[in-house]
Amino acid sequence: MVLDYVGVKEINGSLIVLDGVKDAFNEEIVDIRLDNGTVRQGRIVQMDGERIVVQVFESTRNISLKNTKTRLTGKPMEMPLSKEIIGRILNGSGKPIDGLGDIYPEKKANINGTPLNPVSRIYPKNYINTGISTIDTLITLIRGQKLPIFSGSGMKHNELAVQIVRQAKIADDDGKGFCVVFAAMGVKNDVADYFKRSFEEFGVMNKVVMLLNLANDPIIERILTPKCALTVAEYLAFELDMHVLVIMTDMTSYAEALREFSSSKGEIPGRKGYPGYLYSDLASLYERAGMVKGSKGSVTQIPILTMPNDDITHPVPDLTGYITEGQIVLDRALQGQGIYPPISILPSLSRLMKDGIGEGYTRADHQALANQLFSSYAKVIDARSLASVIGAEELSPIDKKYIAFGEKFEEQFVNQKFTENRSVEQSLDLGWDLLGYLPRGELDRVDDAILDKYYKPHEE
Amino acid sequence: MENNDVIFGINGPVVTVKNSKTFSMMEMVYVGKQRLVGEVIKITDKATTIQVYEETTGLKPGDTVIGTGAPMNVLLGPGIMDNIFDGIERPLKEIEKMSGSPFISRGAAVSPLDTEKKWDVHITVKTGDKLKGGDIYATIPETAIIEHRVMVPPNMSGEVVKTVKDGKYSIHDTVIVIKDKSGKKIDLSLCQQWPIRTPRPVINKMPADIPLITGQRVIDTLFPVSKGGTAAVPGGFGAGKTMTQHQLAKWCDADIIVYVGCGERGNEMSQVLQEFGELIDPKSGRPMTDRTVLIANTSNMPVAAREASIYTGITLAEYYRDMGYHCAIMADSTSRWAEALREISGRLEEMPAEEGFPAYLPSRLSEFYERAARVQNLNGSEGSVTVIGAVSPQGADFSEPVTQNTKRFTRCFWALDKSLAYARHYPAINWMTSYSEYFTDLDAWFEQNQGRDFIEYRSKINAILQEENKLMEIVKLIGADVLPDDQKLIIETARVIRVGFLQQNAFHKEDTYVPLEKQKLMMKTILHLHEVASDLIGRNIPISRITSLGLFDKLTKMKYDIPNNKLELFKNYEKEIDEALNTTLTAEFN
Repeated sequence: MVLDYVGVKEINGSLIVLDGVKDAFNEEIVDIRLDNGTVRQGRIVQMDGERIVVQVFESTRNISLKNTKTRLTGKPMEMPLSKEIIGRILNGSGKPIDGLGDIYPEKKANINGTPLNPVSRIYPKNYINTGISTIDTLITLIRGQKLPIFSGSGMKHNELAVQIVRQAKIADDDGKGFCVVFAAMGVKNDVADYFKRSFEEFGVMNKVVMLLNLANDPIIERILTPKCALTVAEYLAFELDMHVLVIMTDMTSYAEALREFSSSKGEIPGRKGYPGYLYSDLASLYERAGMVKGSKGSVTQIPILTMPNDDITHPVPDLTGYITEGQIVLDRALQGQGIYPPISILPSLSRLMKDGIGEGYTRADHQALANQLFSSYAKVIDARSLASVIGAEELSPIDKKYIAFGEKFEEQFVNQKFTENRSVEQSLDLGWDLLGYLPRGELDRVDDAILDKYYKPHEE
Repeated sequence: MENNDVIFGINGPVVTVKNSKTFSMMEMVYVGKQRLVGEVIKITDKATTIQVYEETTGLKPGDTVIGTGAPMNVLLGPGIMDNIFDGIERPLKEIEKMSGSPFISRGAAVSPLDTEKKWDVHITVKTGDKLKGGDIYATIPETAIIEHRVMVPPNMSGEVVKTVKDGKYSIHDTVIVIKDKSGKKIDLSLCQQWPIRTPRPVINKMPADIPLITGQRVIDTLFPVSKGGTAAVPGGFGAGKTMTQHQLAKWCDADIIVYVGCGERGNEMSQVLQEFGELIDPKSGRPMTDRTVLIANTSNMPVAAREASIYTGITLAEYYRDMGYHCAIMADSTSRWAEALREISGRLEEMPAEEGFPAYLPSRLSEFYERAARVQNLNGSEGSVTVIGAVSPQGADFSEPVTQNTKRFTRCFWALDKSLAYARHYPAINWMTSYSEYFTDLDAWFEQNQGRDFIEYRSKINAILQEENKLMEIVKLIGADVLPDDQKLIIETARVIRVGFLQQNAFHKEDTYVPLEKQKLMMKTILHLHEVASDLIGRNIPISRITSLGLFDKLTKMKYDIPNNKLELFKNYEKEIDEALNTTLTAEFN
């Protein structure tokens, strides 16, 4: 027997409250039919006996206390999945919007996913060659890693993400089984369009699944977008053995949507008004990356987030950094100097790098070189701050060498063309070449055997 | 008994039951058809509130809630070592086998310990022996290096009336029977239950005067922690909290390591699993996993179980302590645990205190850290539980509530520093802001085992670092060139101490673990160079002449150049320093 519940009791933001509902379950999906014939979907988020609170996905506009009929669907939020989903464009809640009709599902999966058993994970070790010197040498991306880009409004994070997609050798050795899941949350139409055009240009559009929730789309749908995207990614990776790269932009918009929803539910806010469970919520997304036993595929995540006011201690970047395996931080001053990609290397980090590089993976000297570059560049920053106080002329000779090294490092190593694809060897050799501007005694992170082999001082 | 207790309300992981009088506080319950594990956290005359340790999707008002009559407890017995559990002691390897998928299904009912496995049991008591709580009545070789000692539960005692022969038994088999004062016979098997939120009793706590040797120079030398002590490792993301915890778990001289991954990354846990399985403990020659138990409640696993994981971990540690072992528990990270408290408190609509954390945060933290101690156990043996808790302050700001409250209850504070981490100086323990209150407690031990000079060297090293810190203020303003030579020497020596001594390479096979003896000789050699050089400067020899000899650079690399088993090489270094500087001196005066 199918029951329709007529009318609602209360409407508050994106939430509606119904009374006298029998036999509903937590997180169940409901259909809400308006008098004018349109149907919206909602999800039960709280229950007290027969009183239920429903979160409406497509805004509560036009809903009155009387004009609705609500029906329980008996299902939690599920995503239809099939091989055919590759190449499609969906909205934020996973419905096709490219006019090519519905997806015929081979299976359906709960979008909340289930936590991966830590025992079933494979520790990721295979590096992805992105062709970008800073990333390959200093912040190596590993297959199955979650490595966010911390950026700010107006910085070139989208270009960087596109360049990674174009150049990254994610596929198997025989070049098969690679695809991209792109989730847009609250970004402008131009941005989504830029990614779409770029994918078309490289001819990979038939390997991309796009989920678009643009800036003017409902915020509740925005909360579902990354969940749907990751459900697709997990299906492609763990059931179809593909290597999936998930790009999610912009996580800050996602967190803001969550905050909006939480405050309309009347929850007690934590820092900056974000709900107390923001960490757990973000973790439930980011942790859906990795590799598992019994499957050849992998899910690699590159979330992009804009730091409000470039503040890395803002709750969203802060909590993200605690969950993800490192971060790529972009810097406005570098971008101001015309350097692309404007990656600020000191705060950037890849936690999985240490086991994915070196002998057998990249080259034996990789770790030592990376340590030395980080350490030397930190000294460049010290020397610069000293120079800003006492003037560059007054610096000691060694500090002057550091200043010179720093400039060359930024111009030649960090800076690279949008179309330039450098091999790992090229990047490592370039690093050694630049260290040649420093005296050998300064290189205290490298042992002598490696120095003998690679260190070549430049003539004064 | 008829059960009328049904779910009334559901809000995230919190479930309420109306008009029930049957539950007691902290009782463990099963919720719904899938029998999800939960715990009673609030009781009023109108409603009982339960936190559920698993996803609540699919629960319905009207589903039954069944009480177990006992508080949330863990099963203690052989099979804990070399195992990996979630926050409420469910064995993850078994769950993987049972579900046949890499995902954790809900309501998985698996016994925490293998009930089938037959253990080699040796009975150590005979009929007529009087036993009290904590007394050992059987031993089992649990792993190659850990002997499991089966004990009478703390609240029982009596006379042995029956024992079985030595042989193979599984954990629920009765191996002895005792008769208590009232004449009641009690069957004792190889396992027992214990509520996780109750500390296991001891006879008395002992002073914290033995250090936990970690092989990490900055810790052992400058900020030592004692066995049974508490230490906090605060640091922003990327500062190396987890790396520090891993290093301690691998190398510290505790017998048993309990590693709690509380709300952290899944990949990190799989790394621990893999690395510890491959690493060989130098003392026993066995894999590290033989003495390690892992509790993995990753950040995407249910938040209520995350809250419990810390208690589960420390209860396991206390159980092994009772057998007479020295245990160390690494909790990574206590901030995630505090956040779980905050999240649940928010769902209960409790009045928040600082930054949304509940007002009882400090008392919960102190309760937890107070369970660390070196103790005399009920059976007379000595054991200890050392707690090392990572703290992840929001925005790397140490003034936030979790860091501040942790600071009040721990006596070691290893503050991790962002700028050190940026320069890849690991371990990034800042020597100016960190402290250890165990110094004076441990002095006697160091004097006895390493000699008075160890303590002297340490204070000299400390003084140089302090001095350098002051000088750096000046250098930042006017540059190093204008300093007089004796101050330049301080800066030069401090650089050797920082790069050559404090910084330690976890990936270098000689440097990852350094015995105390070598730590002492390294300090001695550095201080020797400093003294001889300052003598020369006193004779008006310019410092540039001295640094050009390359001795400072050589000492920076001695941590790699001198293997841990060839400490006699330090003699050559001293000789070389003396000769080189003597030559300089003679050259100057001829």
